[in-house]
Amino acid sequence: MSYDVPRIEGEPDATVTGQPDGYPLWEVFVRAARGLNHVHSGSLHAPDAETAARNARDVYTRRAEGVSIWVVPSTAIHASDPDDQDVWFDSDKPYRHPTFYDIPEEVGHM
Amino acid sequence: MTTADEQDRTTQLRFDALIEADEKIEPRDWMPDGYRQTMIRQIAQHAHSEVIGQQPEGNWITRAPTLQRKAILIAKVQDEAGHGLYLYSAAETLGVGRDELNELLHTGRQKYSSIFNYPTLSWADIGTIGWLVDGAAITNQVMLTRTSYGPYARAMVRICKEESFHQRQGFEIMMQLAAGTDAQKAMAQDALDRWWWPSLAMFGPPDADSSHTEQSVAWKIKRETNDDLRQKFVDMTVPQAAYLGLQIPDPDLRWNEERGHHDFGDIDWDDFWEVVKGNGPCNRERIANKVRAWEDGEWVREAAVAHARRQAPSVNPTEQTDHAMEVAR
Repeated sequence: MSYDVPRIEGEPDATVTGQPDGYPLWEVFVRAARGLNHVHSGSLHAPDAETAARNARDVYTRRAEGVSIWVVPSTAIHASDPDDQDVWFDSDKPYRHPTFYDIPEEVGHM
Repeated sequence: MTTADEQDRTTQLRFDALIEADEKIEPRDWMPDGYRQTMIRQIAQHAHSEVIGQQPEGNWITRAPTLQRKAILIAKVQDEAGHGLYLYSAAETLGVGRDELNELLHTGRQKYSSIFNYPTLSWADIGTIGWLVDGAAITNQVMLTRTSYGPYARAMVRICKEESFHQRQGFEIMMQLAAGTDAQKAMAQDALDRWWWPSLAMFGPPDADSSHTEQSVAWKIKRETNDDLRQKFVDMTVPQAAYLGLQIPDPDLRWNEERGHHDFGDIDWDDFWEVVKGNGPCNRERIANKVRAWEDGEWVREAAVAHARRQAPSVNPTEQTDHAMEVAR
């Protein structure tokens, strides 16, 4: 398939060591329009916050995707553990949703 | 069975179940090492392709026929750089840094799509690249929006949206040339003659010879095979060429009523492998340019770091977060 270069017979794949990069990593959040949340768009490397914001403009808003940008150091984000998903996010409380309750049609829209 | 074995079995089962259920694998999920390595290799090579892909088109920026065409071409080349960055970000979630991937590209240990090792000899090549090469890329990338690795799939969604502009602007260039003077028509035909076969080869070797396809399909990294995608591309492109009044350079190309698809001639795989091995018309030039750009940029990177160091308080992560939280409230 395109862009997936086939292996030449006998040629080993490059091994990657995972060496750290020079610039810190930033997470980019873009507000699409006034009145909306800033939403995570992606990430990029930059030496400082101002450069990160400027580069984020070029990388993530080339087609008027936003009116405001936040950049946050990736190291500042603390995430929940995917293994804890079931414990953290239970889905067994249907009574929290309006559709749990049957209201007779004659009552009208509620 | 030891507890560690049981643990391994549980994580493997969870991974298998996610793949089976068509759920995405996300960066912090456990994944088999083979899956991770395959993903790194594929995303990195895809990223490298976008970055190197700037060169054949960048070659015509200064010679674009009108100011509007120049602006369009600059926007397209800038998109390719952006696509490369989305993909390096996706690769990074698998634990491989951008500097290292750059190094692997520069030293030839990772490759990029062979299509970018052919030269752009005329303005019609810019039209043909948009029409055929980006057309082939879309065929492939639409499939990849459903790939099993979340960050890769998300990058593909973003890229596909932008790629459509690339293909349409290319086809429009071809429409103008095809409706132009005899010399312009001949230029369009010549470009099609040169790019047609490399575009078909872009989809990769026939399924019978692609040893890795099976595993990639099982992991739902690839959702369709090389041959299926290639067929889809041919069926899509033949009527477009007819609309342009251009001749696809394949005497064996004909509609097969029984199959409901076009039959087409044999691809010269010897030529394809020569280019993959580094002996295409532009392999050395592309990498030399890339390495030179990287080396020439060294002082800029140094200056940026020095500037950041001087501005140190503003990059203090704690302060940054406080500020963001404040804005959020």
